[in-house]
Amino acid sequence: MGIRFILMVNKQGQTRLAQYYEWLTLEERRALEGEIVRKCLARNDQQCSFVEHRNYKIVYRRYASLFFMVGVDDDENELAILEFIHLLVETMDKHFGNVCELDIMFHLEKAHFMLEEMVMNGCIVETSKANILSSIQLMDKAH
Amino acid sequence: MSGMRGLSVFISDIRNCQNKEAERLRVDKELGNIRTCFKNEKVLTPYKKKKYVWKMLYIHMLGYDVDFGHMEAVSLISAPKYPEKQVGYIVTSCLLNENHDFLRLAINTVRNDIIGRNETFQCLALTLVGNIGGRDFSESLAPDVQKLLISSSCRPLVRKKAALCLLRLFRKNPDAVNVDGWADRMAQLLDERDLGILTSSTSLLVALVSNNHEAYSSCLPKCVKILERLARNQHVPQEYTYYGIPSPWLQVKAMRALQYFPTIEDPSTRKALFEVLQRILMGTDVVKNVNKNNASHAVLFEALSLVMHLDAEKEMMSQCVALLGKFISVREPNIRYLGLENMTRMLMVTDVQDSIKKHQSQIITSLKDPDISIRRRALDLLYGMCDVSNAKDIVEELLQYLSTAEFSMREELSLKAAILAEKFAPDLSWYVDVILQLIDKAGDFVSDDIWFRVVQFVTNNEDLQPYAASKAREYLDKIAIHETMLKVSAYILGEYGHLLARQPGCSASELFSILHEKLPTVSTPTIPILLSTYAKLLMHTQPPDPELQKKIWAVFKKYESCIDVEIQQRAVEYFELSKKGAAYMDVLAEMPKFPERQSSLIKKAEDVEDTADQSAIKLRAQQQPSNALVLADPQPVDGAPPPLKVPIVSGSTNPESVARSVSQAYGTLSSIDPQTPSPDLLSDLLGPLAIEAAPGAEQHGPIGAEGVPEEVDGSAIVPVEEQTNSVELIGNIAERFHALCLKDSGVLYEDPHIQIGIKAEWRGHHGRLVLFMGNKNTSPLTSVQALILPPAHLKLDLSPVPDTIPPRAQVQSPLEVMNIRPSRDVAVLDFSYKFGTNMVNAKLRIPATLNKFLQPLQLTSEEFFPQWRALSGPPLKLQEVVRGVRPLALPEMANLFNSFHVTICPGLDPNPNNLVASTTFYSESTGAMLCLARIETDPADRTQLRMTIGSGDPALTFELKEFIKEQLITIPMGSRALVPAAGPGPAPAPPVAQPPSPAALADDPGALLAGLL
Repeated sequence: MGIRFILMVNKQGQTRLAQYYEWLTLEERRALEGEIVRKCLARNDQQCSFVEHRNYKIVYRRYASLFFMVGVDDDENELAILEFIHLLVETMDKHFGNVCELDIMFHLEKAHFMLEEMVMNGCIVETSKANILSSIQLMDKAH
Repeated sequence: MSGMRGLSVFISDIRNCQNKEAERLRVDKELGNIRTCFKNEKVLTPYKKKKYVWKMLYIHMLGYDVDFGHMEAVSLISAPKYPEKQVGYIVTSCLLNENHDFLRLAINTVRNDIIGRNETFQCLALTLVGNIGGRDFSESLAPDVQKLLISSSCRPLVRKKAALCLLRLFRKNPDAVNVDGWADRMAQLLDERDLGILTSSTSLLVALVSNNHEAYSSCLPKCVKILERLARNQHVPQEYTYYGIPSPWLQVKAMRALQYFPTIEDPSTRKALFEVLQRILMGTDVVKNVNKNNASHAVLFEALSLVMHLDAEKEMMSQCVALLGKFISVREPNIRYLGLENMTRMLMVTDVQDSIKKHQSQIITSLKDPDISIRRRALDLLYGMCDVSNAKDIVEELLQYLSTAEFSMREELSLKAAILAEKFAPDLSWYVDVILQLIDKAGDFVSDDIWFRVVQFVTNNEDLQPYAASKAREYLDKIAIHETMLKVSAYILGEYGHLLARQPGCSASELFSILHEKLPTVSTPTIPILLSTYAKLLMHTQPPDPELQKKIWAVFKKYESCIDVEIQQRAVEYFELSKKGAAYMDVLAEMPKFPERQSSLIKKAEDVEDTADQSAIKLRAQQQPSNALVLADPQPVDGAPPPLKVPIVSGSTNPESVARSVSQAYGTLSSIDPQTPSPDLLSDLLGPLAIEAAPGAEQHGPIGAEGVPEEVDGSAIVPVEEQTNSVELIGNIAERFHALCLKDSGVLYEDPHIQIGIKAEWRGHHGRLVLFMGNKNTSPLTSVQALILPPAHLKLDLSPVPDTIPPRAQVQSPLEVMNIRPSRDVAVLDFSYKFGTNMVNAKLRIPATLNKFLQPLQLTSEEFFPQWRALSGPPLKLQEVVRGVRPLALPEMANLFNSFHVTICPGLDPNPNNLVASTTFYSESTGAMLCLARIETDPADRTQLRMTIGSGDPALTFELKEFIKEQLITIPMGSRALVPAAGPGPAPAPPVAQPPSPAALADDPGALLAGLL
């Protein structure tokens, strides 16, 4: 299935965005997020971007205070996911201009819309920034 | 946030919360607000609804339960305007799952959006279905979605979503995609120019091909074409070029799809593909820009996988190994990690192992890397590449690493070292050395399996015994030794200590004193082992040593009144036995050889949670045939047949041992493997309703001697395999089940370690149960497994149960139930877990019984009698005289009927000794169906009655009649805890009517179970 979940968590361990592509109960999510965040936050820059956790592989990347963590199946192409994170960040950057944690926090809905244009059912659906952002522009127009 | 001020304020408030408690208070307040608004305001403006729904999503994301307002979220889907609709779709797919009832309500709206003309609405609807659509969506929407996907009038933005939507529908129901018609269309889709459509279509293709690669073989050359186009950068729009690389994600996906075809037959396609691959392998350079570098290496690693899969020419393979060799020595950690990971995969390719071995020292360096992710990969690779030629070096390294490894890795490490030592030992004394070192360095992490195994080896190999004994003796000289070391040393010295008798410090009395010195510090389970050793030492002293005898007898005397039964029994029996002279010699003679058995270590390794490890183990198993007989020992006993692979072991093993291992695999399966359902499902289900007897005891032949109590057979002394199910139950399972049949929450199962509670809600033919599994201990329960064995008439969907339940924690697992047709069969929950080394397994009936699908219904005589008369006779209306009924006064009987939702309608029958009742039954096949009943009792003989049951469905009538009969005969659930139906003596007379479909019943284990319980 590929991507199981996408998390954005800040340095203090607060979740800023969570999108799951498989159903987990709230309890399971809380436990999972806690464990993953603890593992990733404990790592330093010299270590690789991959963490094995239960039957997931976590591919993560840090941008300033914010961690982007993507849970994937064991056999997913890790580097492709790593760059997909960067594509997501660049897309948000293009929209918000100099995107920061607060943008994601206060524009949660837009972050969700972007993600929805990029990933569906755990698979990558679109990688062109222009196409991804077209639906958000549509929404802005509606206002 | 686009005009939603309230939402921004709320988010700010949350952000300003100083601590979790403050956050919770703020969240609770907001939830209260929203709830009140939803309840009180009759007409919420779409704006307000939207705002509240976003707040709910935000709260949900923070990890709080939002158990209301789902309806409001779903209702936004049908809003006419885009902004509201969009919110409705997105929030619904975040908050609900595919089994949610509200989602079913939305199917029509969603379908209208999909087939409607508005393409933005189409996208929203397709995304929702793609993310959370269930089987019912699949049935009603698949044709529409396929139409969109191939429609030339649709824009790419709709079609790419249709592709992934179809993928979801296909996964939920493979019949949703008709192979014959679809294969050609799929191939046409891959001719598309638009890279968005291609990206999502290749994902769809992967799923289809993995299911049936032959049908989609025409897609193979198309994938190669896509790759060629990207590799040559032909017609790739700028927006799909990422740091100069033409869509790396599509390249990766296309190469992944190709790996699902077993091979490429067509020479020209193969040639074209290899040209592309060669180009990627040779043309990927390390560049400065991180993103570009990652993207090109993502493609490169996928190309490596594909080359391995295609079994390329030797030259290309060695090129791959060389590349990987380069990668595992670079500084960049990501590349090093992936180099190790892919090298492990490479082990599966034949003929490259030797070139991989050249990198051994580099890999060992990575075992010492500061990054645990990299160390894990290195460990996996070393484990995979180990064979008889390098076992000594590798195991040596693992042992060294063991002293410094973090705790989380030690158990895995010691297990792996033990397995490698066992499999590839150049000589057995080395094996003994390794295991003893392992226990010495990491005793806490060496499970009992490991030392049991070394004991088996020593017992089965005479040459090894003196060596093992002297090694064990050496370790006893250490100042502090681990208790496991004491156990294994004591055992070995008890058996073989006498072989050392002539060496200094090894006389029986010296062995006794050095062991006995340590007794005061050991835990209870070790004492019986020491007592056995003393008994054996005493027996071996020739000529008898009165001094030693006195000391040992004193020990036995001391423990005669020990509170621990095992210790007390051994003390008493050994004391008595040791007075018996010659008979004593027989009883305490050396243990016989162990029967051949599969290594429990390897089995255990397979259970290891980490799937990354599993891959290596599977890999190892594939190489097994050549290595299985590596231990050059005369007794095949030691050849540790590979688990699960047994039937496929190739010609290299001798047939006799294969036959033996096969019989072993099947013969003992029921007692060993908690995961695989036993082939003999029935006996598995019937035998142990709750708890199986501990196996294994009779495996070791006792040494018979007159007057010897039976308990002193081999098993008392020998380390037995993992004991299963040695827990005592709390409460009676059958009673608990029966109580739960009549109420909706309570305890289903309890033992000293775990309590399983259940809570159920029933609505029509649907039920939602939640299993609450609470760990009562201060240590975790592991290997937790819950399997549902559903009867044919129920559709059950149990959410995954976590593998581990943390100490004192409770996990919840929802179980969705759907009743398809009337039946009295019950579903069974096959539940198991591990506590320490104890495997506990219980088979529990789930109280989703027929009466749960009944709704109370009281009818008036005007309503009742026309219906009653309309049911003319068999098979819709059945009558039976039931004998052996438990005598009940009429009001009690009325209560009983009411308790299972068959409502008594008072005053309808003119005869005061009769009862008339009605109820509604719900199932998918019958829908809501009225059921009527009449019970005629005999005031002179309360043990018999005549009952007449009627409904519009013959099967329902029969099942309901039988159900009521069971209730009347067996409700007294005193301490006897009998289970209803066929078993007990005064069984009711066989029914007049024929059971609905005996054939169907026979095929269904659940049905058989219910029938026989």
